[in-house]
Amino acid sequence: MKKPAPGGPFRPGQQNFFWTCGMKHSKLEMRVKLKDFLRSLCFLSPSLLGVCVFFVVPFGVVVYYAFTDGFGTGEFAGIENFKNLIENNIFRLAAKNTATFSAVAVPFAVILAIVLALMLESRIPLKSHFRSFFLSPMMVPVASIVLIWQVLFNYNGSVNELVMLFGGQRIDWLNSDYCQLVVILLFLWKNLGYNMILFMAGLANIPKELLEVADVEGASRAYKFFAIKLRYLSPTVLFVTILSLINSFKIFREVYLLAGAYPYDGLYTLQHFMNNMFSAMNYTRLSAAAVLMALVMIVIIAVLFALENWFGKDVEG
Amino acid sequence: MKKKHYFGRGAMFVLCAVFAIMFLMPTVLTITNSFMSESEIKSNYGMIFSTTEGGYVSKTVNLKFIPDKVSFSQYITGLIRSPDYLVKFWNSVFLVLPIVVFQVAIAAVTAYGFTRWRGKVRSLIFFFYVILMLMPYQVTLVPNYLVSEWLGVINTRWSIVLPGIFAPFSVFLLTKFMRRVPYALIEAAKIDGAGEWQIFTRICLPQCRSALFSIAILVFIDYWNMVEQPLVLLNDANMQPLSVFLSNINEGEIGLAFAMATVYMFPSLLIFLRGEMYLVEGIAHSGSIKG
Repeated sequence: MKKPAPGGPFRPGQQNFFWTCGMKHSKLEMRVKLKDFLRSLCFLSPSLLGVCVFFVVPFGVVVYYAFTDGFGTGEFAGIENFKNLIENNIFRLAAKNTATFSAVAVPFAVILAIVLALMLESRIPLKSHFRSFFLSPMMVPVASIVLIWQVLFNYNGSVNELVMLFGGQRIDWLNSDYCQLVVILLFLWKNLGYNMILFMAGLANIPKELLEVADVEGASRAYKFFAIKLRYLSPTVLFVTILSLINSFKIFREVYLLAGAYPYDGLYTLQHFMNNMFSAMNYTRLSAAAVLMALVMIVIIAVLFALENWFGKDVEG
Repeated sequence: MKKKHYFGRGAMFVLCAVFAIMFLMPTVLTITNSFMSESEIKSNYGMIFSTTEGGYVSKTVNLKFIPDKVSFSQYITGLIRSPDYLVKFWNSVFLVLPIVVFQVAIAAVTAYGFTRWRGKVRSLIFFFYVILMLMPYQVTLVPNYLVSEWLGVINTRWSIVLPGIFAPFSVFLLTKFMRRVPYALIEAAKIDGAGEWQIFTRICLPQCRSALFSIAILVFIDYWNMVEQPLVLLNDANMQPLSVFLSNINEGEIGLAFAMATVYMFPSLLIFLRGEMYLVEGIAHSGSIKG
């Protein structure tokens, strides 16, 4: 896809318009530019206004709160709030839990989704049905499914029955160190289908000739996967990683519905912490947490982008 | 060689089938169990809420796919006798529908703005939208809360609907779709004397019809599933959507909860059955952040 040159309105072949020949900054061109600007503003302004009112301006206030000592005096507090936040034990617990959850769940969400996509790439019967089946959990609201999860992972639940069948000890899944495992399973169940579709689209974009040549040259399956497919999938891998990361921050939803507002320690997520701060009306701490989170997110995204640029630069364009 | 090939495909099929069962089982179980009568539910799952240490082995849950006797009693109780669940269901509908309709409408206009004119400032703004889209709730909920307080709409559904309308996700996705509309079409319309609004409504929107469907589906499922926003922005228990309310089940109501869970997943499953094609297309196009 050819991209237009940056810095001007999108107009292929503009240079050939008779009236721009040799008149780089003519009055006419300026007028066209101004008109374009006003027109684009007409279309963009509703959304821009909304985004400013609901996200940008209040986030500015949030940043202000994060660096001052709250409503009262508005005195500049430097990084005092952040220090308090990081030294807070509950915040540490929440951050640690969220980090471990993401670190475990995201790689699984990416790798298993690739496996599913590759499985559906092979010629097996009922392929499109399998795709629908794998995708269906995405459309089932978590709230509808937690009941079954509770039945499965309760102390008296079906999974424990299975465990005992093999001679193991019963586990109180949601109130033990295994609690994250239960939520990871739910997370994967819900998100794998979406990621799989993304990878299937990525796989479909790989030039067929390349794979044919590899076949002719006698490349092994593993070589074809690592040297060709994974290379071409790298933008998708980046996107799926970011997406799964964001979804893993949303895991509060599942935890809240499964275990309520005050779950076992291992399930206490950042959103639980935020909710408690909301009910305590602790705006400075809340703001500091939001700003810190935004920074961490931006850093992670930047790192992933850099990695992707470095890894997949020779397959683009 | 050929034999081995067939064997591999057979193994692949079996593996797929196993995965498919795992993916389908929770949904199917919820639906079938919603047709059990109260007494059957009690005898199967009653022990869940009586977690005392050292329960007997025989007292584990009796997971059952097919009810002994199909009964609609749970639905009758939930939908007709006690209006509580039904009220929450409509809460969900009135929260989600305006968000879907207006978010997609505004996204369409904005996406046209981002498609038709490009420049450094505009691509910078677009990049900002992408970053905003990637921010987790932990970042955006605090600003939303503040604005809702300023506008005095906290504890009303507007505190969720208004930020939802301007969420940047659909702008991002629709812009990617719209940039595929051939430029020749737009140019031809211009030569024929169409204004910008005409180009937008007569050329771009019809070209993006399937994209609008798929984005609407994605937005719908995202908000139908919401838990975070209502918990923070709505204090009143009567305003909560069904997604939050469903977690407040207690011992006597498991059967009812199964039925209501089925009711709650019904709209989204229906959309899935009717619009899976659009959904897949929509997801596939969201595939990368750049370009």
